[in-house]
Amino acid sequence: MREIALNILDIAENSVKAKASLIEITVTAADNILTVTITDNGKGMSKDFLEKVTDPFTTTRTTRKVGMGIPLFKDAAEMTGGSFEIESEPGRGTRVTARFVIDSIDRAPLGDISDTAVTLLGPDIDFVWVYTVNGRSFTFDTREIKAELGDIPINSPEIISFLRNLLKENIDSINGGTVL
Amino acid sequence: MKSIADIKAIRDQMQARIVNRDNSDAELETRIVVGMATCGIAAGARPVFNEFVDLVAAKGLHNVKVTRTGCLGMCKLEPIVEVFVPGEEKVTYVKVDPEKAKEIFTRHIVGGQVVNEYLIGEQ
Ligand SMILES: Nc1ncnc2c1ncn2[C@@H]1O[C@H](COP(=O)(O)OP(=O)(O)O)[C@@H](O)[C@H]1O
Ligand code: FES
Ligand SMILES: [Mg+2]
Repeated sequence: MREIALNILDIAENSVKAKASLIEITVTAADNILTVTITDNGKGMSKDFLEKVTDPFTTTRTTRKVGMGIPLFKDAAEMTGGSFEIESEPGRGTRVTARFVIDSIDRAPLGDISDTAVTLLGPDIDFVWVYTVNGRSFTFDTREIKAELGDIPINSPEIISFLRNLLKENIDSINGGTVL
Repeated sequence: MKSIADIKAIRDQMQARIVNRDNSDAELETRIVVGMATCGIAAGARPVFNEFVDLVAAKGLHNVKVTRTGCLGMCKLEPIVEVFVPGEEKVTYVKVDPEKAKEIFTRHIVGGQVVNEYLIGEQ
């Protein structure tokens, strides 16, 4: 993947497919480490399955035998000298944690978090994004947006466009010139 | 800087329109569906999705939805976009990028003519 934000989109899609109703995503840059966590309350995975899931020959989909999303994210993190973990409990949910060494030449750019966040929006699923750079933090909680929207779907094109700009402005302000 | 409070203004505008809408509209909704499996995302599905969203929003088309789906079964042809116009057969576009998305939007979604150059088999 060209951007870490695209890996995040792909991993969050796993949570959507696992029927999560709430997905929390944190992106934290501090002390030369970029930490990404994706936590869901979806169907989770058994211990046996979890052991195989970082191996590119595991997937539950029938259309194609090879699941690549998790192995790709793991490699992207480990290539920088960082680390990767996945914890899961059937019926409770899953948490994926990837740590990237920021100044590694093998690290992909973080890329566009706003585009990723709005691409995932949907009426039946909520997201909490917490974006932190050098101790400055911004939280985006779709439950707050939905409370304002009433019966207007959060994934209406006009709302998506508006929220993308809102996110971009807030993230730029948190970055304060830092390019991740 | 934009804030959540600004959303109220947009909501009020949109709500006014919904009240004026008649109930049969739901069946007349056009859907643009973008494949978002790993291969689709890697091939550029996210900018395609966001291009369609911006085009629909800018044109103020209220009966067009842009959504995602998972694997569409043809990795080599991603990004794949399916267009569902009510009363017409599904149209599948392959290897779409934001430029092609603009053309598909103008010619098919707005103009009602399928863009044959971007169908499977034409690539
Ligand atoms: N958050 C999750 N909750 C439940 N199951 C998951 C989750 N993430 C991944 N899985 C399981 O692991 C498999 C492999 O995931 P992945 O590597 O992303 O490949 P793919 O999504 O293409 O199958 C998925 O098919 C799914 O069965
Ligand atoms: S995995 Fe590529 S289209 Fe399904
Ligand atoms: Mg996946």
